[in-house]
Amino acid sequence: MDRPRQSAPGVHLWVVQRVTAMLLGLFVVVHLVTIVTAVRGGLSAREILDRTQGNEASLLFYVVFALAAGLHGAIGLRNIAAETIGLRGRGADIAWLVVGLLTAGFGIRAAIGLYA
Amino acid sequence: MAEPASLKVSVWRGGADGALQHYEVPARTNQTVLDVVTHIQRELDPSLAYRFACRVGMCGSCAMTVNGRARWTCRTHVKRVVGADGELELRPLANLPVIRDLAADLTPFFDKWQRARGTFQPKDAPDGAVPADFAVVPPASKARREADAGIECIGCAVCYASCDVVAWNADYLGPAAMNRAWTLVNDVRDGARGERLDAVAGDAGCHSCHSTQSCTERCPKNLDPSSAIAGLKRTLFWDTLLGRR
Amino acid sequence: MDLRPRSHPTYLAFVVHRVSGLLLALFLPLHFWALGSAISGEARLDGFLRWTENPLAKAAETVLVVLLAAHLAGGLRVMALEFLGWRRRQKDMVALSAGVALLVGLVFLLNVV
Repeated sequence: MDRPRQSAPGVHLWVVQRVTAMLLGLFVVVHLVTIVTAVRGGLSAREILDRTQGNEASLLFYVVFALAAGLHGAIGLRNIAAETIGLRGRGADIAWLVVGLLTAGFGIRAAIGLYA
Repeated sequence: MAEPASLKVSVWRGGADGALQHYEVPARTNQTVLDVVTHIQRELDPSLAYRFACRVGMCGSCAMTVNGRARWTCRTHVKRVVGADGELELRPLANLPVIRDLAADLTPFFDKWQRARGTFQPKDAPDGAVPADFAVVPPASKARREADAGIECIGCAVCYASCDVVAWNADYLGPAAMNRAWTLVNDVRDGARGERLDAVAGDAGCHSCHSTQSCTERCPKNLDPSSAIAGLKRTLFWDTLLGRR
Repeated sequence: MDLRPRSHPTYLAFVVHRVSGLLLALFLPLHFWALGSAISGEARLDGFLRWTENPLAKAAETVLVVLLAAHLAGGLRVMALEFLGWRRRQKDMVALSAGVALLVGLVFLLNVV
């Protein structure tokens, strides 16, 4: 059936929210296990950098993690802002998307720092 | 627990800017909240406005806020909800305009059933004509069981009054309308699946539900609108991803 | 806010999910920015890590770990309902996610001191 497709606002953001949630479900478990094992006997820069420097797998992990977390957090903030202070609309959605990508950018910068 | 001889009933009087008025009503065994309201109207104050019809939990017209929670009053026993000293606080349903006293205006509630495409649209006869033959629907099929799970809704608006998302977003369709949509999405005889899924998608529809499950918690018919809304999300997710929409 | 209609476990789960999500989303840019700045050299990173050794920072870290675990476990409950249609054991799942969050916090504390 040929119907004009015009998605209601929020549908695609919801899909992004849930896809990132699925990824984060896995990443956060890894992150938490890393945290509780790494803090044993105190943290040191050498210990951290030994895990991450020149390690492509850890770089890829943290880049995708940062991207998912940044977008997931920004979409969550968007929903909270809409429901509590009534901040809605296309302009606000684009602004939140920028916030998410900026946050992710900071995270990717840190991930590259750990790798290099 | 010793039951007090009389109930201290506070009743909302007036419109949106009304106030609580206090009445003393004799306590009786097996008394329902609707019995208390009827006593006030017949014996104490004939100007009290409220709504009821069947008194046996079928028509869905007597719902009110009883001690802070939305309930069907005809099937709610006073002894289950009354305070320790016999206090009973009655207000009109939340999230709806107040007409007067305990009568809320359900127009927005039913308008949203329309917006969620809550009417059956026969697949075989889009023009509304009676199909030539009976549709065979196995009662044990998965889709039919999903539809059956939500079909007993009486439209009392208890879920709608209990939903915080409705309070936060005036456009939000609410649990009952989407529960209805979910029964029709699962009705194999229905021909408007695509349009209905479009109607319930997005911020004003299923995607704003946060699964607080207040609707499921409060539904007097023990339906599970929260799961119906989750079903709509799931269907929309896979249909969108697999290009079925 | 009238708490009487909002006292069921799944409502509480929503509140925990929302508050933890809000705090984590606000913390995330700080976390990334601080890490990205500290990473510029091993000595700088060590300096930053030594600063986080103070008890207040450790307490804040513990709170963050609990928030993250709570948001993860609560999110799994929501996804189980949305994608798997697990409707029957919702309240057990709320209790389980609370347990998981506190357990992770405890393990963190035991390892950090």
